[in-house]
Amino acid sequence: MTDPNLTQRGVPRPPPPSRWWRTRRRPGGKPPSQRSGARIPLALLLPAVVGIAFLVLPMVGLLIRAPWSELLLRLAEPEVGQALRLSLITATLATLVSMVFGIPIAWVLARSAVRGRSILRALVTVPLVLPPVVGGVALFLVLGRRGIVGAWLYDTFGFSLPFTTAAVVIAETFVAMPFLVISVEGALRAADARFEDAAATLGANGWSTFRRVTLPLVAPGIAAGAVLCWARALGEFGATITFAGNFPGTTQTMPLAVYLALQNDPEAAIVLSLVLLAVSLATLTLLRERWLTRS
Amino acid sequence: MSGALTVFAAASLTDVFSELGDAFMADISDVDVTFNFGPSSGLATQINQGAPADVFASANSSQMTVVTQAGSAEGEPTIFTENVLQIAVPAGNPAGITGLSDFANADLTLAICTPEVPCGAAAETVFAAAGITPSVDSLEEDVRAALTKVELGEVDAALVYVTDVIAAGDTVEGIDFPETEEAVNSYPIVALTAAPNPDTATAWVEFVLSDVGAAALEGAGFRTP
Repeated sequence: MTDPNLTQRGVPRPPPPSRWWRTRRRPGGKPPSQRSGARIPLALLLPAVVGIAFLVLPMVGLLIRAPWSELLLRLAEPEVGQALRLSLITATLATLVSMVFGIPIAWVLARSAVRGRSILRALVTVPLVLPPVVGGVALFLVLGRRGIVGAWLYDTFGFSLPFTTAAVVIAETFVAMPFLVISVEGALRAADARFEDAAATLGANGWSTFRRVTLPLVAPGIAAGAVLCWARALGEFGATITFAGNFPGTTQTMPLAVYLALQNDPEAAIVLSLVLLAVSLATLTLLRERWLTRS
Repeated sequence: MSGALTVFAAASLTDVFSELGDAFMADISDVDVTFNFGPSSGLATQINQGAPADVFASANSSQMTVVTQAGSAEGEPTIFTENVLQIAVPAGNPAGITGLSDFANADLTLAICTPEVPCGAAAETVFAAAGITPSVDSLEEDVRAALTKVELGEVDAALVYVTDVIAAGDTVEGIDFPETEEAVNSYPIVALTAAPNPDTATAWVEFVLSDVGAAALEGAGFRTP
């Protein structure tokens, strides 16, 4: 009677998503890559090792030069905690905003048949190419109190966005959202659209197909995109200092604090960088741990 | 005199020194002047690390001291010009700024430089002298960033150098205030010990100190010490 592949409403169940983060911890049995015992070809191994060294060595440099005795003292400074908290809050908000708007953008790019999709895709990725400081000036021209939209906001409500915490979130979202869009679009393209077609054939409307079939299907892609987006937002400097300015407690995020410390106290800048690095690595590891252990 | 002359100079001297460089090359044949403009602190570090520079012109005395104490300077530096702060407002002064006391008004959108950089240190000095506790919205990373926000009309006023107000042209207006005299930035210049071209280095220093140099600096808004 009941087809195990169909839900109660007759919508086909999506296949279990390819949980890339889980494959390494499959209970009983080694992950596929190790099971096959494939040796890494030298032609891949060499550039991989050089590449990893290139990515990691600058961080090693920071660790070597860090004044470790000062580290705890610096951490106790109220300004550092303030900047760190602001960074974490704004990066998280920017990621949420990016998901709310970015996932629909990715869907439109991957699934819809709107004309000029390739132009649309190019436009969405403009913030990736734009120097962030220019992005900040561009945000002024639209959302500043003399900007196209901002002037109306200012005249009507007396509300001005620049130099507020909201401006930090906007600047970070502007720079980081394309990373999420690209990841999610890639996941959507890789996902099997026939499940969605089947759901539609069986009477599910567009929204419920998206919610019950598409979203679970591309959840790993969304997670990866969100992580990338969050990391980019956390490190954002140029657009933020331009559009939001720099004021402790309101708009001074960690990257801004690092840059200003660099002006007259390079050691303090190294300590602040390490704090930011440690917190972001810890957060990402913790999140991954949660995904791993989720049943 | 011939050969290459390398001048390390503070970023605020970019326009006026480039202009003087052309005049120098027109005057004295066979000399090729190249500039390295940047923050004085960074330039001082490069010189002490052995950068092949002939002349150093700093935006304040403290960074010159970094160079002289390391034994990199040939003789005593000479103060060749001065620069002071001015209130910069967008053209037409929409917020009706009248003086330094407006910087205490929390309802206005205001910017000054962060205390880590010289223009921010100077701003702290003038506020202390005037007995004003500023209520600003942003501590800008350098004087040009503060100026940009005035040019875009996003702040009602900012404290920048008088030379920046002149360089910005018609988009920005400057307002003088008496306390500015409490924070005068003196610009010292000196030929360097490691100068590959010592004669030309001395000639450049003399050229900057000459009437031609003084006139160019005055035209850019700098003051004669």
